[in-house]
Amino acid sequence: MAEVTLLDAINMALHYEMAHDQSVIVLGEDVGDNGGVFRATVGLKEKYGCKRVIDSPLAEALIGGVTVGMATQGLRPVAEFQFQGFVFPAIEHLVCHAARMRNRTRGRLTCPAVFRAPFGGGIHAPEHHSESVEALFAHIPGISVVIPSSPQRAYGLLLAAIRSNDPIMFFEPKRIYRTVKSTVIDNGEALPLNTCFTLRKGRDLTLVTWGACVVESLQAAQALSELGIEAEVIDLATIKPIDMASIIKSLEKTGRLLVVHEACKTCGVGAEIIARISEQAMCLLKAPPRRVTGTDTIMPYYKNEDYFMIQEDDIVDAAKLLVEGWK
Amino acid sequence: MNVLAMPMHRFIDHHGKLVNPLPEWADLMTLKGFYCDMVLTRSYDNKAVALQRTGKLGTYPSHLGSEAIGIAIGRALKKTDVFIPYYRDLPAMWARGIGMEKNLQYWGGDERGSDFSPDGEHCRDLPFCVPIATQCTHAVGVAAALKIQGNHHVALVTCGDGATSKGDFLESLNCAGAWNIPLVFVINNNQWAISVPRSIQCGAELLSDKAKGAGIEGITVDGNDVVAMFDVIAKSLEHARKGKGATLIEAVSYRLSDHTTADDASRYRSEDELQQAWEFEPIKRLKSFLIEQGAWSEQDDINWQVHCKEVIEKVVDNYLGITPQAPESAFDFLYEQLSEDLLNQRDLIINKAMRMQGGDHG
Repeated sequence: MAEVTLLDAINMALHYEMAHDQSVIVLGEDVGDNGGVFRATVGLKEKYGCKRVIDSPLAEALIGGVTVGMATQGLRPVAEFQFQGFVFPAIEHLVCHAARMRNRTRGRLTCPAVFRAPFGGGIHAPEHHSESVEALFAHIPGISVVIPSSPQRAYGLLLAAIRSNDPIMFFEPKRIYRTVKSTVIDNGEALPLNTCFTLRKGRDLTLVTWGACVVESLQAAQALSELGIEAEVIDLATIKPIDMASIIKSLEKTGRLLVVHEACKTCGVGAEIIARISEQAMCLLKAPPRRVTGTDTIMPYYKNEDYFMIQEDDIVDAAKLLVEGWK
Repeated sequence: MNVLAMPMHRFIDHHGKLVNPLPEWADLMTLKGFYCDMVLTRSYDNKAVALQRTGKLGTYPSHLGSEAIGIAIGRALKKTDVFIPYYRDLPAMWARGIGMEKNLQYWGGDERGSDFSPDGEHCRDLPFCVPIATQCTHAVGVAAALKIQGNHHVALVTCGDGATSKGDFLESLNCAGAWNIPLVFVINNNQWAISVPRSIQCGAELLSDKAKGAGIEGITVDGNDVVAMFDVIAKSLEHARKGKGATLIEAVSYRLSDHTTADDASRYRSEDELQQAWEFEPIKRLKSFLIEQGAWSEQDDINWQVHCKEVIEKVVDNYLGITPQAPESAFDFLYEQLSEDLLNQRDLIINKAMRMQGGDHG
C-alpha cells in the first residue's frame, strides 16, 4: 500500500465521509475549483457538486456563522479557514453560538460542525500565518479541539470529528502536511476523540506533545535513547478533552513529565496538563515537570523563525535536565 | 420631515385612514385578528416590564411599538419555514405558536426558554440572538441548508437598525445575493441602537439601500402599518420560495420603550420626540381603522383587554410555577457526552447545591 501525506489523508477522509453521508457539506474560501489553498479539498467539487462543496465569499465571520446556521438544520458542515490566524474574525460565532447551541436550546438544536484550519509555524509563511492558539479554543466550554500528527490519525480523527454531534476545532499542523507520510487504510474507521496515542514506549520520562512537534519529539526520543534515557512519547491528539488517565498511567511508570508544544508558554495547554498532574498525581513525580514551548512573543517574520521553532536539541536538553538533574 | 411620516410602502396611515386600496388578502376578519394579536402582545410586554420591576424577571427588552412587525412576520411565515429572531421578537415568536411562558423563562434566566420542542412544529427555529447581527450569518447558513435540502422552505431573520452597521449584517446580505438563497431580512428600524440615533448610525438615506450593493431587492415599509408589513413580507417570502432570492425589508418604526429595563432613555431622548412617535404607533391606527369600518368598537376593545389580562395572568402563573432547572443542568446539554472531568465537576456542583440548599438535592 502506497504511503500518503497527512494532507492526502485529510482529503481521503473528506471524500469518504461525503460519499457516505449526504449531509456533509464542505465550505470555505477556495475550497471548490481550487481545492483549498493547501489542496485539502481537491476533487470534492467535481465529485459532489457545487451544492455540497461551496466556495464562500472572502469573509471569515460569515463562514463561521453560515456553518453554525447549516449545522442547526441537519447538515454536517466542514468549514475550512485558510489559516488559523484567519479564524479570529469568526471567533464570535465559535464562542457565542457554535459552542452554546446545544446548551442554549437544551438540546433542541445542536451544532455538528467541524472548523478546520492549518496552524503553526515553520513554513516561512507571511505574518498571521503561523499562529498556534489551540489553548484559546480549549478554554471555551462547548468546543472540542483536535490536532492530528500523522496521516492515519488525521484520517481517523477527521472522520470522528465530522461524525461528532458537537462542534470541533480541527487544527492541522501544516509544517508536516507533506513531510510526514505513512500508509492509510481508507476503510472509514474513525479514531476516538477522547484518547491520546502512545507513539513510543519508555521508562524514564513521559513526553507529551501534539501537532508538528511530534516529529522533533520522536527524534529527540531516539537521541535520548542513544544516551540511555528512554522517553515515552505521547501524542495528545485531542487537546480537549484531555486524556489525563493515559498520561497518569505513563507517569506511574516514568515519574517524570515533559510537555512540548509550539504554542506560547503562558496559559498554554502544557500549563493545564502540569496543573492537573499537580492536582491529581503529584506523588507520582520524581522531579518537577518541565515544558518546552514557544515563547510568549509574536512569531517573528520568517528570517528569524527558526530560532523560535522548537528544535530536537531543545527537547533533548530539557529531558536530560529532567532525568539527570533530579536523580 | 418626521421619519415615521415619510413616503413608504403603506396602506393605513397614522390617522387610521386608507392611503392605498387594501390588498385582496386583507379582509376585516383577518385585520381584526392582527389587531387582537398586537394588543395581546403589548399586554404581555407591559406585564413583563412590571415583573422585572418587582424582581420576578431579569433584564427585559421591551418590544413596545414593534408589534406590527412581529405579528406580520409570525403570521406570514409558514410553520415549515425557519425563523431566526433577535432579542426583541416576542410578537413574532408568539404568532408562530411559541408560548409566552418560554419568553418569560428565557428572560427569567432559564435555558429551557429556548427549547421550543414541546409543540414540535417549528423546532428548527433558532433561539433569540443577543450578540448583534450574528444571527444574520446564521440565517444565511439556514437558508443555504434549505436550498441544499430542496424543500422550498424560507428563512427569515430580524435585526435592529444598529445591527446594520455591523460586518456580519453586510457579509450576510452580500452572500445572500451571491448565493441566491431563500432568505428574507427584516430590519426593525426603531430609530435607536441603545442611545445612538438612526441619524448617526449610518449615512445611507434608507437602510434598505444597503440591499443594492448586495444585488438583492430592498424595500422600505411603514413598520407601524401591519397591513403593509404583512403584504411585503408575504410577497418576499413567496419570491424566495420560488427561487428568486433574498429580500431586505426595512421596517420603519419607533422604540417607544427604553432599550431594556436596565436603560433610561430619558438621558438621551427628548420627551417631545417620544410623544410625537406615539402618534404613529401601530395599534392605535388599526383600531381607528377597524372602528371606522364598523368591525370593532370601544366595548370590544374593553372586552379584549380584559381577556388579554386573564391570558397573561395565566401565563405568569405558569411561569412562576415552573419547577426550577437542576443546578447541574448547565452540564447536561454542554456536549452530547460528558468527559470524566466534566462529570466530576458536575458532581461538585450537585454537592455544592445540596450544601447551599441545606438538604437533599432533588
